[in-house]
Amino acid sequence: MNAIETQGLTRQFQTLTAVDHLDLAVKQGELFALLGVNGAGKTTAIRMLCGLIAPTSGDALVMGKSVVRETGAVKAAIAVSPQETAVGRHLTVRENLMLMAGLHGCSRAEARQKTEAMLERLRLAEAADRRAGKLSGGWMRRLSIAMALISEPQVLFLDEPTLGLDVLIRRELWQVIRGLKGKSTIVLTTHYLEEAEALSDRIGILAHGRLTALGTAAELMEKAGAGTFEDAFIALAGEEAAV
Amino acid sequence: MRRVRRILCFAGRCAKEIARDPLTLFFGLAFPVLLLLMLSLIQANIPVDLFRIEHLAPGVAVFGQSFLALFSAILISRDRSTALLARLYATPLRPMDFLLGYLLPLLPMALCQGAVVYAVSLALGLPLSGRILAALGVGMIPALLYIALGLLCGTVLSDRQVGGICGALLTNLSAWLSGIWFDISLLGGAFGAICKALPFYHAVEACRAAIAGTAGLWGHLAWVAAYAAALMALAAFCFRRKMKKGV
Repeated sequence: MNAIETQGLTRQFQTLTAVDHLDLAVKQGELFALLGVNGAGKTTAIRMLCGLIAPTSGDALVMGKSVVRETGAVKAAIAVSPQETAVGRHLTVRENLMLMAGLHGCSRAEARQKTEAMLERLRLAEAADRRAGKLSGGWMRRLSIAMALISEPQVLFLDEPTLGLDVLIRRELWQVIRGLKGKSTIVLTTHYLEEAEALSDRIGILAHGRLTALGTAAELMEKAGAGTFEDAFIALAGEEAAV
Repeated sequence: MRRVRRILCFAGRCAKEIARDPLTLFFGLAFPVLLLLMLSLIQANIPVDLFRIEHLAPGVAVFGQSFLALFSAILISRDRSTALLARLYATPLRPMDFLLGYLLPLLPMALCQGAVVYAVSLALGLPLSGRILAALGVGMIPALLYIALGLLCGTVLSDRQVGGICGALLTNLSAWLSGIWFDISLLGGAFGAICKALPFYHAVEACRAAIAGTAGLWGHLAWVAAYAAALMALAAFCFRRKMKKGV
């Protein structure tokens, strides 16, 4: 079974078509990167796949559940780490993790157990009792990913997980993301092309709301006849014809 | 069962966020007490009927509750501005679960605030009687009114707007239109009619009637309850719409 299948997924905002008849399949356990320039429709596509906004037309199945008709079941199967760092600022790192476990229906004992395991797994233990609002950007982003992971989602959406972080912290988070491969299906959006190239099994490129290219980094370079992935992206992100 | 657990979990988080904000302690507890002490001092030197402790205590208790609107509005609008709400929208919480989560921790806070105001009032000469407990109970309806106003403002306004509108405008407006600081019958006419059409005057009068044990309590309380219910319904409607848009 595919983890995600979209069928003509479309979202319009008045006269703007943010996502235009998106047809896409992501396999279970795959790390799939969705690339595109600003305003290409990446975040809108993810918000529809998470059940946060309804499509104008079309549908998507996430773990076999429709984002239009079975939003509750979709939300039970997924987790999202939003583009902006979304943490409870007056709560400690541990309390933030307990909160997310609790919101996914865990008992207090279960939530505590999962929290301690997650603190170890993402090497957050030394900051466990610090208020989230006092953390540095890198620690906060790591907490943000841990909050998304604690419910053990079948599908994890990482929206620009390393945006604004320095190269050392970014590489450290890459290790974290690599460690998740195979455990959950991951959909990653990023502006850093080397990040998509280094981490993803497959990459989809969105332009003007349409999927203009799909494949591995090597396939996309071959398709564009480019020597680097950046050149391939520039060529494909500007293409008008959809796949 | 799982749904109740989720709501309580979210309510617990909201309680911590509110209680750990120094603004809450100052405006929620210290400010009403300071006001009570200051006005009692003035009353001791220049006696005015309006500032007798039996009159003043319920007024200050209701005035203190107006800050509940600020607390709830700040919490929701901050959650929206930091994208935390977008993350939480992707959990199985439903719109009503969110509103209950924001509302529940403010009820014990309102009770605690009222208890502190009446406890200080006892020290300032308010006669000890069971009516104080009645006033505390009656005070929960105005508390709901202010919390509903906060939920509505936090849902439709940005976090910057909330500070000005709930922090400055609402607290002042509700105080001036409530008859806490002056007898509105002295002004009469259109101003009096506006005060009586809005719920703030009735909130104070209901608590004063509870303390005095006089008639009219239920009429005033029904007026406030109707406003609270309407505002809560409006807040729920707006929150559901915002959630559908994912903002």
